[in-house]
Amino acid sequence: MSNSQVIKKDDLVVRFAGDSGDGMQLSGTLFSDASALTGNDIATFPDYPAEIRAPHNTIAGVSGFQVHVGSHIYSSGDKCDILVAMNPASFKSNLKWAKKGATIIVDIDTFTDEAIEKAGYTSDPFTEELMVAYTIVKAPISSFTKKIGQERGVDNKTADKCRNMFALGIIFYLTNKTLDHTFAYLERKFAKKPAVIELNKAVLTEGYEYADKLELIHSKIVEVAQADMPKGRYRNITGNVATAWGLLAAAERAGLKLFLGSYPITPATDVMIELAKHKALGAKVFQAEDEIAGICSAIGASYAGAMACTSTSGPGLSLKSEALGLAVMTELPLVVVDVQRGGPSTGLPTKTEQSDLNQALFGRNGEAPCIVVAASSSANCFYWAYNAAKLALEHMTPVILLTDGYLGNGTQLFRIPKVADLPAINPPIAKANDPDYMPYRRNPETLVRQWAIPGTEGLRHRIGGLEKEDGKGSVSTDPENHRKMVYNRQEKVNRVANYIPEQEVMGNPDADLLVIGWGGTAGALTLAVEEMNNEGKKVAYTHFNYIMPLPKNTEDILKKYKKIVVCELNCGQFVNYLRMNFPQYPMHQYNKVMGLPFEVSELKEMFNKILGE
Amino acid sequence: MERHFVLESDVELTKADFTSDQMVKWCPGCGDHAILSSLLNVFPKTHHKKENICMVSGIGCSSRIPYYVDTYGFHGIHGRACAIASGVKLANPSLSVWINMGDGDSMAIGGNHLIHIVRRNLDVNITIFNNQIYGLTKGQYSPTTKFGQITKTSPYGTIDYPFNPAELIMGAQGTFYARALDVNPKLTTDIMLQAAEHYGTSVVEVLQNCVIFNDKTHAAITDREVRDDKTILLEHGKPMIFGKNRDKGIRFNGTSLEVVTLGENGITEKDLLVHDETTEDTGIHMMLAQMKGDFPVAIGVIRSVKKGVYTQMFEEQMEEVKAASKYKCVDDLLNSGDTWEI
Repeated sequence: MSNSQVIKKDDLVVRFAGDSGDGMQLSGTLFSDASALTGNDIATFPDYPAEIRAPHNTIAGVSGFQVHVGSHIYSSGDKCDILVAMNPASFKSNLKWAKKGATIIVDIDTFTDEAIEKAGYTSDPFTEELMVAYTIVKAPISSFTKKIGQERGVDNKTADKCRNMFALGIIFYLTNKTLDHTFAYLERKFAKKPAVIELNKAVLTEGYEYADKLELIHSKIVEVAQADMPKGRYRNITGNVATAWGLLAAAERAGLKLFLGSYPITPATDVMIELAKHKALGAKVFQAEDEIAGICSAIGASYAGAMACTSTSGPGLSLKSEALGLAVMTELPLVVVDVQRGGPSTGLPTKTEQSDLNQALFGRNGEAPCIVVAASSSANCFYWAYNAAKLALEHMTPVILLTDGYLGNGTQLFRIPKVADLPAINPPIAKANDPDYMPYRRNPETLVRQWAIPGTEGLRHRIGGLEKEDGKGSVSTDPENHRKMVYNRQEKVNRVANYIPEQEVMGNPDADLLVIGWGGTAGALTLAVEEMNNEGKKVAYTHFNYIMPLPKNTEDILKKYKKIVVCELNCGQFVNYLRMNFPQYPMHQYNKVMGLPFEVSELKEMFNKILGE
Repeated sequence: MERHFVLESDVELTKADFTSDQMVKWCPGCGDHAILSSLLNVFPKTHHKKENICMVSGIGCSSRIPYYVDTYGFHGIHGRACAIASGVKLANPSLSVWINMGDGDSMAIGGNHLIHIVRRNLDVNITIFNNQIYGLTKGQYSPTTKFGQITKTSPYGTIDYPFNPAELIMGAQGTFYARALDVNPKLTTDIMLQAAEHYGTSVVEVLQNCVIFNDKTHAAITDREVRDDKTILLEHGKPMIFGKNRDKGIRFNGTSLEVVTLGENGITEKDLLVHDETTEDTGIHMMLAQMKGDFPVAIGVIRSVKKGVYTQMFEEQMEEVKAASKYKCVDDLLNSGDTWEI
């Protein structure tokens, strides 16, 4: 590092953008891993197109990856301090994500007349206005990379694949980090291809040295504060992997085999991909012929005594509706993971939304209550998957776990727990030859029936989707019996509220405004409320993870505040659910349906507006 | 090597041991009664423990069968029996899993699950009750209803070409397919026992009469007076002879099958085809299963071939991965790869 002044900052947002296939996801991941390993808190979010490879150099083909590093990180950040744009299209489409004054690195070699035109520019992209507003580094990334390749006898096409390393080298310089971690990664990844390791290392180093020689950015070097977090062992994890691991931990703790019946669907597929790796830990993964077979095989597995799960996204949950009713009727444990995306129909497969809430709560024929819970960070997907499994197994009912594309694909630091320290899971398994066993005999306190696992002596029984006689479980169409069973199933789910913690309120307890959120928006909401209170405003905040049933003290919280605003990434599904349950409390609502997470700035603006009314 | 996971009973069981206390609620004269009776006769012969048999069904008249058998049972939803049963078997391979479906359940709403369970060759036993009509919803045409037939939803005759279930099963590379008749319970029992003994997915199509909504649909081949001339019982290793007088046979003529009369034009038994249920190629089995019209309808075990079984490969893959893995518990996984202390 030459005579540069290093700026100390609490946090920094870096965004990598380029053509799909430019390796932006990898650059971002390597930067976030290196940051985490050097002691920063992190959160990341990939922003990629629905197409695998849209036409080269078009806006449709732009793929992005945002990394937020700092001392205490809640979300992947609103706008970036540093933007990498590997071609004109990514520069054009990502400029709106750069803060005023941001440092922008572009691969100037890609700014050919043809590519500029293809990106939709009609004049020079680098207007005088832009050059003043931002620090734009026109780095000859492609030509440098080609040259390094040629020196090693590598063809241009192969060398071109390393361009992302050049950009990453510049970023490491700008963030005052060494190249060690990425070197180690390359050595592991390409252990059998030493030439590839050397080429990538050379390009990475060249990028770093290029930045060192570039006076323009020497005043821009930032050192981000170390993480201020509880002591412990940490790792980086995506929400989807955390979900898969939470399910594995729950099965192990419950002493059951994990069964996942599932079908590929964006953005939930990674849950299945992850579990398919872990046959050694007893995960039985069945890639079914369709969504319906996914859940039906899981119901069969549950009947046969496994901890059964199915994973999907909105359209898949629609297809599973009828079978979910069967799981409600047969009162079998089942975890349904819904990694929500923009809908309706195929909608926005790669973008995030919270619009499956109504479907999770109400989307079945008949009176068919399910437990519904939602994760609120990539890392806590682990605990909510674990918790969903615990609730399903102990209360003998399907549980829908709502995560979303933002949580599922985003990463965060995860403090590694010990499985033995997680709460015990005790499913009500019936004992062999129990003379009193009846399929629908209930625990009087919880109304939970027993789980008699086929193969067990003396517990032979038949269950199914037809209404069953209370207790005995024979088919029954008796009116009074049906009424009783409908209420039993509802009351069983309602009573789960006796076994979940009370809802907590954060921020200023004497606030003028209560902010309510649920699920994957916790990061932006927490930061927005924190900043408001730091600015002297009085704002309280409560974030729901238990949706059905709601925590028992929900009404106590609502009645304490004059103004309430419910914020969610849909048109108001949770606020309407609260209004339905607590019609006496007026509530504002703030909704966003753009396939994008909340930004802290828009939330603060809206809170200020409500406070001023 | 074949590995059987199902537990055997240490006591001899009888038909009565498998009969449940539930009242059987099918119409008098329905073919389902005979099929149930055949199943109850087969179970003691499989030597499986009662606790290790699991009946799985979908929706329809035939799908009530789990209630009438004193084993474990799951009455599913319309079309999904195969999917539910796949989960039962994979979660608990020690169960002998029996799937019962009608023609609409298995080939209309559940067609996708049927072809995929057959393609995978899970070790389960499927019985398709084919009465060529939707009975429980009172008489609409099904995917196997004869072309042109008038039903409640085809008042001017169907314009749907029907499925021959055998074609689906063989198209999906099925390893066992047999055809039985509800009017011949002894044959049905015999075929079901062979199906139970087959390692892999077995499919038994039973031509079954719906006395209310599609009476006599199979009468042209199953009536006592015509049955011997209109059907041929295929038996492995035996020449294909049929007819009341056992004087007719099937032989190859060029690229197609031909019905011949023994003794005419010098034809002897030696000219006839000898049934080989084990031929891997589905060609001849498909031709036999498609016989109709001037040909006798083939009954008996038409195809029974050996092939790797999904259930076993599923278990063995888990065992192999487990033996070689560095992960012994979830804690190992949580602490794998890049981790660090703060």
